[in-house]
Amino acid sequence: MTDHGAASSRPISHNRAVWQQFRSHKGALFGLVILGLLTLAVLIGPLIWVPDKLTVAEAIKLKNQGPSLRFPLGTDQLGRDMLSRMMLAGRISLAVGFVAMIIAIVFGTFIGVIAGYYRKLDGPLMRLTDMFLALPLVPLLLVLVVLFRDRVAGLLGPELGAFLLIVFAIGITSWMQAARIVRGEVLTLKEREYVLAARSIGTAPRRIIWRHILPNVISPVMVAATLGVAEAIITESVLSFLGLGFPPDFPTWGRLLFDALSYMQVYPERVIWPGLAISLTVLSVNFIGDGLRDALDPRIRGR
Amino acid sequence: MLTFTLRRLLLAIPTLLVISLVIFLLVDLAPGSPMSEIPLTVPPDVRQRMIEALGADQPVFFRYFLWLRQFFWVEPATLFDSWFGTSLAGDEQRILSWQSRSPVFTIIGQRIPQTLTVIGTAYLVAVLIALPIGIYSAYRQYSFFDQAGTLFAMIGFSVPTFFSGTLFIIIFAVWLGWFPTKYDTQLSVTDWPSFLERVRQMVLPVMTLALANAAAISRYMRSSMLDNMGMDYVRTARAKGMPEKTVILKHVLRNSLIPVVTVIALGIPSIFGGAIITENLFGVNGIGAALIGAIHANDIPMVQTLAFIFAILIVLFNLIADVLYGLLDPRIRYD
Repeated sequence: MTDHGAASSRPISHNRAVWQQFRSHKGALFGLVILGLLTLAVLIGPLIWVPDKLTVAEAIKLKNQGPSLRFPLGTDQLGRDMLSRMMLAGRISLAVGFVAMIIAIVFGTFIGVIAGYYRKLDGPLMRLTDMFLALPLVPLLLVLVVLFRDRVAGLLGPELGAFLLIVFAIGITSWMQAARIVRGEVLTLKEREYVLAARSIGTAPRRIIWRHILPNVISPVMVAATLGVAEAIITESVLSFLGLGFPPDFPTWGRLLFDALSYMQVYPERVIWPGLAISLTVLSVNFIGDGLRDALDPRIRGR
Repeated sequence: MLTFTLRRLLLAIPTLLVISLVIFLLVDLAPGSPMSEIPLTVPPDVRQRMIEALGADQPVFFRYFLWLRQFFWVEPATLFDSWFGTSLAGDEQRILSWQSRSPVFTIIGQRIPQTLTVIGTAYLVAVLIALPIGIYSAYRQYSFFDQAGTLFAMIGFSVPTFFSGTLFIIIFAVWLGWFPTKYDTQLSVTDWPSFLERVRQMVLPVMTLALANAAAISRYMRSSMLDNMGMDYVRTARAKGMPEKTVILKHVLRNSLIPVVTVIALGIPSIFGGAIITENLFGVNGIGAALIGAIHANDIPMVQTLAFIFAILIVLFNLIADVLYGLLDPRIRYD
């Protein structure tokens, strides 16, 4: 710990210290800015940028256009404006990433806390985790999506059905890391004196978990969650890339890339835009995760 | 060590059985069964006969045990027969693909060499790129090279292979025209020009897979080297007046390779999964492409068998990594 005299003699709050450490990580700041810009663009963009409604004849005339003032990213093979499609696709891609991450983290944390806290359940739950880790995930996800797509679409409509199915499938196959991390943390936390004290005054296990255990596992969970968003976005685009993700009129970045593949030799930019968007998002999320890991680790912070 | 290996092997059996059951039931009980694909114009009695011909009218567990028996007894026995001319398998039913009506393992046998050539080369290239980068980044920590390596690894993690592969195709195949866009599976290597042709068409898929894997391995190598460079034995070696090259390349490197070797072993099954994308992008006719084809065609036995083979690979390489770790590092005693 370095001491800067009077300036640091005043104690600083935890959040502030975390932010200061986070700010010193250039990559993380860059990631935060880029992710913020991308999120703003896909959230507000479609409200500002409303392309004119074209008739079929006009759309056919305007298909495969290069970039122009009217169509900043050109048009696709059906005369649709690429910029507005990119923004709408980004909404879904980001939403898939966040929702799938939340499912995975909630489920993983639940399994991890239960396994770490209740000794009897530890063995079976960890065997379950090991088994999930040994499952071939990409093939299984593909199979899941193909086999259940029509049934779920029939129940919930094609768009919501595809969204929920994919988000759920990704969530249910990526909770294992979080569960393992949380279990490890809980195993050490529950031997601490304050947990012992809480137990000795007769606090119910559920309350100990909510009040004393969960707030203390939040840092590793946050890092796992950040990296989980990146993972989920990539998984979704892999599914879309193999033609097994979202329907074509409900695009994601992966789907746009897949659609553009057939025109790759003539219009390479149509592949590059969505690919660049996916890569930039994942890159910035990974950088944020990296920065968070450093910022939340008290051994690194302040050095 | 032997008891540990045996115990792990025995533990792998129930794991694999549960996984096989999960895969079988998931694929089998799903609503989108191939029976729903039969056109409605087919009369009911013909439909019934079609279902019977595929064996899909039997109870689920009966079919599960039949499939397990075929997988673990009939198929190995058939392989044994074809090698040694015995007749262990007799004329028992093998696992048949619903698409082509030929045995699933015959198809896999035809596809696997393609996958192994491309993926094997890619992984080898990845390791060969990653180790020097990792070693040098650790040796010159926080130098320009290290920073560049970190950025390279971060980009390697983040850019998905389907995009990097597409970019490579656009740049090197479409614009520069150095390499073909598609992998020609028919090409057989007979002479020097055809060998060069094979190398040329392998460059893009190998580069795509290698870059993605090299990113992760180089980071592991770097952090493992950094862990070891602070050890006392390194200071002792330097204090003895050993040349820096010997210290780094003999003492530090050997110890740092222990965790990296296990990471490399652990990564092998996942690159088979990742290869599904690369094979589709470059048109390599391997098992990944076979899996996608089978999924699109609702070829249930093929999907189940391929998915289970992937699972076996994962369990097997986990086991290999554990055993390797114990063998390489005598400080770790499992017994």
